[in-house]
Amino acid sequence: MKRRRTSAATGRIANRAKQRYLPIMNQPPKQTRLMALANPTRFLSLADRLVPWLGALSLAVLVVGLYLAFTAPEDYQQGITVRIMYIHVPFAWIAMFCYSLMAASALGTLVWKHPLADVSLKAAAPIGAVFTALALFTGSVWGKPMWGTWWVWDARLTSVFVLFLMYLGIVALTRAMDDPARSARAAAILTLVGFINIPIIKFSVDWWNTLHQPASVFRLDGPTIHASLLWPLLVCALGFTLLFLTLHLMAMRAEVWRRRVAAMRRLSARAADLRPAGVRAG
Amino acid sequence: MPRPMLALYLRETRLGVRAGSGALTGILFFLAVIAVIPFGVGPDLNLLARIGPAILWIGALLAGLLGLERLFQADREDGSLDLLIAADRRHMLAATVFVKCLAHWTANILPLVAVSPLLGLFMNVPPFGIGAATLTLLVGTPAIPFIGAVGAALAVALPRGGLLVSVLVLPLTIPVLIFGVSAVRGAVADPDPFLPAFLILAALTLFFGVIGPLAAAMALRWSGD
Repeated sequence: MKRRRTSAATGRIANRAKQRYLPIMNQPPKQTRLMALANPTRFLSLADRLVPWLGALSLAVLVVGLYLAFTAPEDYQQGITVRIMYIHVPFAWIAMFCYSLMAASALGTLVWKHPLADVSLKAAAPIGAVFTALALFTGSVWGKPMWGTWWVWDARLTSVFVLFLMYLGIVALTRAMDDPARSARAAAILTLVGFINIPIIKFSVDWWNTLHQPASVFRLDGPTIHASLLWPLLVCALGFTLLFLTLHLMAMRAEVWRRRVAAMRRLSARAADLRPAGVRAG
Repeated sequence: MPRPMLALYLRETRLGVRAGSGALTGILFFLAVIAVIPFGVGPDLNLLARIGPAILWIGALLAGLLGLERLFQADREDGSLDLLIAADRRHMLAATVFVKCLAHWTANILPLVAVSPLLGLFMNVPPFGIGAATLTLLVGTPAIPFIGAVGAALAVALPRGGLLVSVLVLPLTIPVLIFGVSAVRGAVADPDPFLPAFLILAALTLFFGVIGPLAAAMALRWSGD
């Protein structure tokens, strides 16, 4: 008797709650812009719209930047080899920027469980590896005439080389697991642990007395590099950053499509399994 | 150490030194690596004296990576890993990982440190350098399983993760190697100071002793099926 009354009471309360909250529950949840992107279809349509514009913009900025780089005055000591700086420095900056982006994506995966954060991390790793390799390559091309050697094991070079190895390690880890959810979390943890290297790279030229020159652009007391050399460098950096963003967006789009294809293949295979043997086409 | 942690430590150490586990193989590997070096660089005793401490460090690093992928895999196979994860409420998983790392170090790497003075003698390293190398190895090598635990936890579900663990872990151990070797060099050569590098080495071990188990615990919690 008592129990029945209790259940009736709870039923009444539940009904009242439903009446009160149903209008709210039926409304679509309020979405922030970042959460709206969690819908892959919406992301794909946005990426489709953005990629041509970003690509064209980065091409235009790069053309201007490279033109400025080739018309900039030569350095009084380094001569014409100073022009290598206009691509070497942006590559190195992007190598670190890309890793920072991946670390942010890792946080997005682990903390907010944003479905695209993992796609972003996975898509960025190979691009970051290529930019790091290019930074190392252009640096050693510059080092041969200036330092007289292709390579020295100084702190900056070594830490960037370690960054390159870590990019490849993350790529290897994401490729080793076939379950995207599990590989996402594993890659996110590895990326966060490896983030220790980024401040080491940044401050290696201050902490250790290295052959690589110390920071000359981002300094508290203003850049020590002359404005005629600085402006082409900044334009080039902007152009390469836009290029990186374009490539990253394209890689993310490809990754979303790849997952869709995999899911559809799985579905069709399951459907083929469920079909009775006689009906099977062929 | 609380009693359950002590029990875990003893269990892990006992499993580690038991016949058939990888501990003895690790020592043999260390000896083999050290023995191969003079064939590679030539039996010049002066050269060996100079690079000896570095070779000891590299050998210890490689041997330390050897058994790492088994750190959680054996537990995963017999199901005790799930129990350790489930006991998270009572014993923090990071602390469990920390104790497992310590036990791994005791069983696999401490013997290497113990034989390193003898190998330093073979390498013609001066007595003071041998002492410094042994001391830096003793202080620095615990960082290897701490860092390695992250890789081992990430690759615990992979059927052949051994090589991948080494590839993931090796870049992160480079700072330990740098400061370990530079501390020994500081002890042998006069101009470089010994103490700063040695203290940084100790700080690295402590730092990774916190970061490594925490990250590994996070990875383990999410590795469950």
